[in-house]
Amino acid sequence: MDTNFSAEDLAFRDEVVAFLETAWTDEHEAHLRDPQAGMQAIIDWQKRLHARGWLAPGWPVEYGGTDWTTTQSFIFETERATAGAPDVPPFALKMVAPVIYTYGSDEQKQRFLPRILSSEDWWCQGYSEPGAGSDLASLKTKAELDGDEYVVNGAKIWTTYAQYADWIFCLVRTDSSGRKQAGITFLLIDMKSPGITVNPIETIDGVYSLNEVLFDNVRVPVENRIGEQDQGWTYAKALLAHERTAIAGVADSRRHLGEIRELARQEVSGGRALLEDPAFQARLSSVEIELMALEYTELRVLAAMAEGSGPGVESSLLKIKGTEVQQSVQQLRIDVAGYYCGVIAGESGDIGHSFGSEARRAYMYGRASTIYGGSNEVQKNITAKFVLGL
Amino acid sequence: MNFKLSEEQAMLKESIARFVQDRYDFTARCAAATSEIGFSRENWATFAELGWLSIPFEEEHGGFGGSAVDTMVVMEELGSGLVVEPFVATVLLFGGLLGKGGSAEQKAANISAIIAGELQGAFAFLERQSRYELADIKTVAAGNGSGFTINGEKTVVFNGAAADKLIVSARTSGAQCEQQGISLFLLDASAAGIEKTAYRLMDGQLVANITFNDVAVSADQLVGELDDGYRLITDVINEVIVAISAEAVGIMQKLNDTTVEYTKTREQFAVPIGSFQALQHRMVDMFMGCEQTRSLLYRAVCSMDDQSADAREIEKNILALKVMVGRIGKLIGGESIQLHGAMGVTDELDVGHYFKRLMMINTSFGDADYQQQKFSALTNSG
Repeated sequence: MDTNFSAEDLAFRDEVVAFLETAWTDEHEAHLRDPQAGMQAIIDWQKRLHARGWLAPGWPVEYGGTDWTTTQSFIFETERATAGAPDVPPFALKMVAPVIYTYGSDEQKQRFLPRILSSEDWWCQGYSEPGAGSDLASLKTKAELDGDEYVVNGAKIWTTYAQYADWIFCLVRTDSSGRKQAGITFLLIDMKSPGITVNPIETIDGVYSLNEVLFDNVRVPVENRIGEQDQGWTYAKALLAHERTAIAGVADSRRHLGEIRELARQEVSGGRALLEDPAFQARLSSVEIELMALEYTELRVLAAMAEGSGPGVESSLLKIKGTEVQQSVQQLRIDVAGYYCGVIAGESGDIGHSFGSEARRAYMYGRASTIYGGSNEVQKNITAKFVLGL
Repeated sequence: MNFKLSEEQAMLKESIARFVQDRYDFTARCAAATSEIGFSRENWATFAELGWLSIPFEEEHGGFGGSAVDTMVVMEELGSGLVVEPFVATVLLFGGLLGKGGSAEQKAANISAIIAGELQGAFAFLERQSRYELADIKTVAAGNGSGFTINGEKTVVFNGAAADKLIVSARTSGAQCEQQGISLFLLDASAAGIEKTAYRLMDGQLVANITFNDVAVSADQLVGELDDGYRLITDVINEVIVAISAEAVGIMQKLNDTTVEYTKTREQFAVPIGSFQALQHRMVDMFMGCEQTRSLLYRAVCSMDDQSADAREIEKNILALKVMVGRIGKLIGGESIQLHGAMGVTDELDVGHYFKRLMMINTSFGDADYQQQKFSALTNSG
């Protein structure tokens, strides 16, 4: 048992750090704070990663992935977060791409994967529905075969970045006679298809990212179906564990906690640094200790994956604890901001802390993290059943 | 990077688990704990035979030269079996001080005897007023020309009743809470002027209050440097904190397994109570708590065994571990009792006994709140 880095690992880390120093700039950083310019910054960031060959570390090498070891992936993630660079949006690179290269046809692989890598195609995820949240398999959006096309009718919801998307990957119902997990089909749908309507959903963070996507007799060629009809649940389920592992955001929480410590060192409360306030200190330390544990829980999961076992059911633990830590971190930042967490950027002039508005946005949107990807309560159900055998 | 045990470590783990399985059921454990010396000499002889007592000592003294991971493996299994034999007091505390700070003569005269199972030791460090401050020492060792005269009282000395030899911390200079001026002395527990009052703690272990009335020691009984004992104490106690944390993880795992099993068989309202979601979520919290604590345990031992690790990082890891051991120990102990219902509060069931050991582990060498303050001071200082 050891967590030592080999000489090759250390050399790789230097390589990563050197890359990040030039690839992720202060300009990107500044744009990120602005929700509109932020998207452009992320696309540019993806292109730089792609030029370096590092955009899709998890993919098989033949499709444009790296052959990194688990340790190297961990090093990249850690350094990426330390540098303040964002994780890439997961929908194309981490969600649909693995489904395509694992279960898709050769034509689908050739058609979609290169355009994901080049950032030409932007994807969104059509899983949740008004009546299907954590109980995803109860989805009702219907697809009926008509010649060599499916005709899709129904509604998807909470669709992040649908307003930017060229494609949406959807779970649709093709058979409702059996178990609800059976009869689900995995379709790739062009967002320019006639009959698709995207309606924005306002969220409590004040940033437009979520949508409702309506399908009214949308025609989808059969060649855009992944694998077999009615087998979509199997394809989607295999990837959910990866999604949960990614949601934990451990490396990013580490950076945020460091930022909060510095902010609290500068913030004055009753003539001394807020960092010296015993109640604040105790909460900060509690979160840090939980995070230190989570960092090793993640390493343990990664080490198990390197041994050939999938992320498996422990991914639920990572998802629950990871999102709990994220919310605790967001809470601390809000608390450091004091009154200024209420200030809305652009409406206050130059008053108060510049980080207040951002802190509130993160805190408010952060409420969603314990809900999406399968709510934490559902993760507990999964853990009780598959880990504890209850 | 890997989290697997070596073949040797897996065998060690298996050998302790088998001992517990075959020879250390709850009845046998209680018989050992309530005996006059507070443990079974026969079991201790078995530990010696199987080589467990040699694990942390260096090879040149007849030891196995084990790593932090090796000690962790032993302690986790001892925890799982709720083993009351004084491995911590004799091997890790008393033996640890000698191994790290003893003179060549002291090591030669004692370490092989510990390994052979022939010597019981104890470290007398706590005083009535000290609470968790290791430097809060009033016991005085006054120089008298050729040696020292010790006067004072030590409390809650682990294995103090059965120990053949003691190491005692005493002030050779400095004020009551100063870290400088503390020295350690090795002496026979039967030396003139030593009085012991033995009693049991809630976890079954037999401890003693020990008074020193004009106890004479010579200069060669000094362990480590004069006035510089504090560093030696904290070095050894840090290692012991990690060891008892491993014991705690063994206990947590055992309590979780026992509790999940119980809720699968106990029926109310015509169904196993484990089918109730309210209880399932509580057990998932217990599971996550145990896994998170295990992660901090791995983090601590990996950093201790890593030659290139930063001392400050190691200390931070150990403090974090002890905080979580205290907090999660209470969570898991309390929930185990709750989920066992009224049976959980009976003395007959082992669940409460495991919990009481977790509570004593929380208290030992500083509880969660105390360690968290040290953690805050360390992390915010630079």
